[in-house]
Amino acid sequence: MSQDIAVVVEHLGGKIADVAFEMLGKGRELAKATGGRLLALAAGQGLAGLVKELGAADAVLLCQGAGLEPYTPDAHQKAFAAAVKARAPRVTLVANTTMGMDLGAGLAAELGWPLVAYCRDARLEGGTLVATSQIYGGKLLAEAQVAGEHAIVSMLAGSSPAEAGRATGAPAVEEIAAPAAGPQRVRFKRLIQPAAGDVDITREGVLVSVGRGIQSKDNIPVVEELAQALGGTVSASRPIVDQGWLPKTRQVGKSGMTVKPRLYVAVGISGAPEHLEGMRGAELIVAVNTDANAPIFNVAHYGVVGDLFEVLPLLTEKIKSSA
Amino acid sequence: MDIVVPIKMVPDLVEELEIDAEGRDLDRSFLKLRLSEWDEQALEEALLLKDKHGARVTVIALDTGDPDETLFTCLAKGADRAIKLTGGEAAQGSSRATADVLAKALKGIPHDLILTGVQAVDDRDGQVAVFLAEALGLPHVSVVSGVEPAGGKAVVARQEYAGGVMAELEVDLPCVLGIQAARESPRYAPVSKVRQAMKTLKLEEVAAAAPEARAGSTVRRLAKPEAGGRAEILEGSPEEVADKLLAILKDKGLVRS
Amino acid sequence: MPDAITPAREVFRNLGTPAVALFYLLGALAILIFCWGAWARIRKYRRGRPSPRLRLAGARLLHGLTAIASHSTLRKRNASTGLAHFAIFWGFVVLFIGTVIIMIDYDMVRLVNPAWRFWRGAFYLWYSLALDVMGVAFLVGLAVMMARRWGARPGALDYTRPDREPDAYSRRGYLRDDALFAWLLFLIGVTGYLVEGARIAADRPPFETWSLVGWQLANAFDALGLSRSSANGLHWWSWWGHAVLALGFVAYIPYSKAVHILVDLVNLLVHDEASGRRLPAPVEGGTSAGYATLTDFTWKELLDLDACTKCGRCHVACPARAAGAPLSPRDLILGLREHAEDRLGGLSLLRETRVAADGGDALIGPVIRPETLWACTMCLACVEACPVGIEHVPLIVQLRRKLVEDGTMDPRLQETLQHLDRYGNSFGQSERNRAKWTQGLPFKIKDARKDEVEYLWFVGDYASYDPRVQEVSRAVARVLQRAGVDFGILYEAERNAGNDVRRVGEEGLFEKLAEHNMKTLATCRFKAILTTDPHSYNTLKNEYPAFGLDKPVVHYSELLADLLRSGRLAVAKPAGAAVTYHDPCYLGRYNGVFDAPREVLGRIGARLTEMGRCRDNSFCCGAGGGRIWMDDSGLQERPSVNRIREAAGLESVQYFVVACPKDVTMYEDAVKTSGQEGRIVVRDLVELVEEAI
Repeated sequence: MSQDIAVVVEHLGGKIADVAFEMLGKGRELAKATGGRLLALAAGQGLAGLVKELGAADAVLLCQGAGLEPYTPDAHQKAFAAAVKARAPRVTLVANTTMGMDLGAGLAAELGWPLVAYCRDARLEGGTLVATSQIYGGKLLAEAQVAGEHAIVSMLAGSSPAEAGRATGAPAVEEIAAPAAGPQRVRFKRLIQPAAGDVDITREGVLVSVGRGIQSKDNIPVVEELAQALGGTVSASRPIVDQGWLPKTRQVGKSGMTVKPRLYVAVGISGAPEHLEGMRGAELIVAVNTDANAPIFNVAHYGVVGDLFEVLPLLTEKIKSSA
Repeated sequence: MDIVVPIKMVPDLVEELEIDAEGRDLDRSFLKLRLSEWDEQALEEALLLKDKHGARVTVIALDTGDPDETLFTCLAKGADRAIKLTGGEAAQGSSRATADVLAKALKGIPHDLILTGVQAVDDRDGQVAVFLAEALGLPHVSVVSGVEPAGGKAVVARQEYAGGVMAELEVDLPCVLGIQAARESPRYAPVSKVRQAMKTLKLEEVAAAAPEARAGSTVRRLAKPEAGGRAEILEGSPEEVADKLLAILKDKGLVRS
Repeated sequence: MPDAITPAREVFRNLGTPAVALFYLLGALAILIFCWGAWARIRKYRRGRPSPRLRLAGARLLHGLTAIASHSTLRKRNASTGLAHFAIFWGFVVLFIGTVIIMIDYDMVRLVNPAWRFWRGAFYLWYSLALDVMGVAFLVGLAVMMARRWGARPGALDYTRPDREPDAYSRRGYLRDDALFAWLLFLIGVTGYLVEGARIAADRPPFETWSLVGWQLANAFDALGLSRSSANGLHWWSWWGHAVLALGFVAYIPYSKAVHILVDLVNLLVHDEASGRRLPAPVEGGTSAGYATLTDFTWKELLDLDACTKCGRCHVACPARAAGAPLSPRDLILGLREHAEDRLGGLSLLRETRVAADGGDALIGPVIRPETLWACTMCLACVEACPVGIEHVPLIVQLRRKLVEDGTMDPRLQETLQHLDRYGNSFGQSERNRAKWTQGLPFKIKDARKDEVEYLWFVGDYASYDPRVQEVSRAVARVLQRAGVDFGILYEAERNAGNDVRRVGEEGLFEKLAEHNMKTLATCRFKAILTTDPHSYNTLKNEYPAFGLDKPVVHYSELLADLLRSGRLAVAKPAGAAVTYHDPCYLGRYNGVFDAPREVLGRIGARLTEMGRCRDNSFCCGAGGGRIWMDDSGLQERPSVNRIREAAGLESVQYFVVACPKDVTMYEDAVKTSGQEGRIVVRDLVELVEEAI
């Protein structure tokens, strides 16, 4: 058993995910507390090029093999289990992404270690790991003490600054043998990209985002007009995209895009954690919702508890007439 | 194909959640419980597979949280069997323990495909879908939003990633899939059908095995998020509010003055 | 030949025995064809489920007969058309009785004992006069109707369907049927006079001056120089013409629009006054909760389909149709009728032709689209307007029950039903918050669950949870408190009464809500239920007795009227405002409460100007039937906007007074969207009362 901190590094198409840098930053913090090393773990094929970006880590463990590219839950879990078991780190960090959901619980079960999920914070008090999870749709925070010598912590995207984990460097690289190629129980078939030709909302400076409060597809022009007046674009929460009222490329949130515009106006969006994950980094957040208790008001800078059908047209008009 | 859908009851977030006197758990006296919404999606996906390809759908739940009406509702929607695991209090509050109990029960129930919600609002110690798969030694995929049979021995699952990207993965049966969303929104169960089910059908009851004892994490404090993050609420008539917003936007240079 | 002194007439004058035999043969043939057609129709109706409607007790029978005789349903709001039809109806009846009298006298009495023949003398004179006068009424009535139909071309008679594309159907068959019917009757009438005039011109019996028209017609023939032999010739031809047309008409009745003569008589007699107000329970032991095929209909409902004369009154009255929704009550009935012709036996000769492929027995889909059924606001204007007693609303509910069972509904509606099941209110809010609106009051309202009260106030969803309507609820509480009324509420134990849940077709949920409410009420002690919500009022009053409610139900306008009348509420500052009052569908049209709110307005000194569509012709705001829980973005103009325009058209009216919570939200919204802010303000009745006391 060691005092090392392990971080699972997610990557897609040769690019390291932002959230992985968040984990590295957090990992460094924990490593300082335990006095152990920070280990970055990655699995796939042709990963050598990524190593220089992982300067925040003390060592990079790579598990490479044809069966590990692209990502599939089963093969990756076996690869990481081998790596983690060998190093027996004190804490293993994964992000609360799809991959993190596959791996966090998978590794915890395979290795027999406890898992704490949806964490906003994790720290060491003396030798005890204390992790705070966001539960019940973000309505409550549960601060928990983790028993045992090893633990897996799954952290919410946006819970740590990515800058703390970004550093170029030349950490020591170790190749971990890929597990014996047995029959692949989960086989990759193809990747489906969202329909191209539409706006890239991650590049927009102003987003006016629409949620279920809009009630009907035919009311969306109210939001479009405001977006137009502000020189921005319309984005949406998941339910709107699921209904087919806007294309998937407009979806903000866990399964959609993460955006950091200068202005994010959340219209009729209640603020489920999956959505907040995608936009809480925006510079200025304004929320309009009829429900004073909507969680969106916990991340917004300014809030209006009112009817969007009354406020938006007025605001649009005022912006237009002031120009 | 035999599809099993484990479901569970969770606190309804419409209600104000109160913390109990000791500050470590919810005050359960005013709690209203409802079927976990991801489990509802899983059931819908199972029923869609049944409608399209013919399958037997079995719903299974621990008896904590009074799942009877929910189980009958599942039968009214078209599930073929509903099983209640009695004496499951020991597993309440822990996904890991719940998965243990389910795994032991599933040894006696035919299962080609297990569909359950990818997460729940109270699965702080991890996701049941994955724990269940590992306990049964089955492959698992999380965050799935569409399942199609691929020959008799496998299914194709659509796994969702960030940015609207998805992957199609072929998974050997039997397997466990953590469902994020069904292909269509969950169907309606007319109240008369549910009441009819309650009158004419019976829930199967199986004694729940005891979960494994294992070290985990214990909640030492439950609290509401700080009010520090609250937005500044702009008061007034819609006209006044619009004026205030315009002023803020101008101030930040987002609207030309 | 009768002797010149005793007034009488020779039957079959100038016709030889072969001709008479031919006539009787044709008559028998006509009657056979008629009987076969009538029997086939009855057989069709018998394919439906039984219904206790035929048990006509004395009072109901009398009521029905009076309605038919006076044509009250036809003359309602359509004085000239109603009067024209009254003339046609009574003209036809009298002329028909006239023929029957001849038949009895000639074919029966004469064969038994010629001395008993009665069609002579004074009787014959009055007979001749009556028939001549009624014949004119008959023809004038027909002329008026034909001029209206083909000259004025009113919108009600436009057969364009709002629920199909124009090229998917053709109603030329209907137009031909209409023309055939009108002209056939007209020609029968005209030839009748020709026969009479020719006979009188030829024979000139002196007593025939009693045949006012016939005598003058004979004079006209004389003036034209008609010789006696020509007159006989005219008589012969017009007699055969009249005979063939008349017998042809008799045979034709069951195969055409003319069948309404028989069907509507029965339909009006078996009409249920509580139709729509108290909905039928679901079909016992059926495979589905609602109607899936025609054989699920009762015989009365199948009769309804044939009763329609395409008068278009329901079509014009329907707020959904006016808003541009794909619903016309008329076309709902006609669509089902055509389907019944296809599947249960076609009899009508002139029909609508449709392009769509045959969809089998299923009603929903090929025959009636789900959007059509969901567009209905359950306002009952169609049933109220129908002069022949067709009951569209219960049919729509039965079909909606099938839609609910299949889960074919607006996602918002589905969500609302789930909210109602889980939380007992349509807002999806915790039931614990139901009485939060009382927190703004300076006193505590009695808890009817614990204390005995005189009036148990059933508040309702909108009045409890909608912020704007909560203000009205507080006003009601303050006014009742001022008047010293002993009242209480059920606090968190109250659930939605279920009126609109039932009308949406979710019968199981309605039962569940009603059972829950009754369980609560059973533990309470009260004298009467008071409600501010007409929807709750309707179901509590008409449908909850089946669940055991045996206390009176009072609307707050009725109580306010009482309080003002008795002086328990004294008017200190008379309102003086110019107002118009909107009759809520469920209070007015459904339950006949028109005068109480008007009395209240009068007593507080408001000056009332009525809108054109008022009282039982009030125009729905569009929220009923669950529509407020559905997406209405497909409408061209919301009914509420239509109504506000009507009100704004009344000069000087400042206040639009309502007495229903949903009306408050619907009309305030309509005032904003139609840009009438400042021109007209929506006020609840109690708000004006509070200002005045």
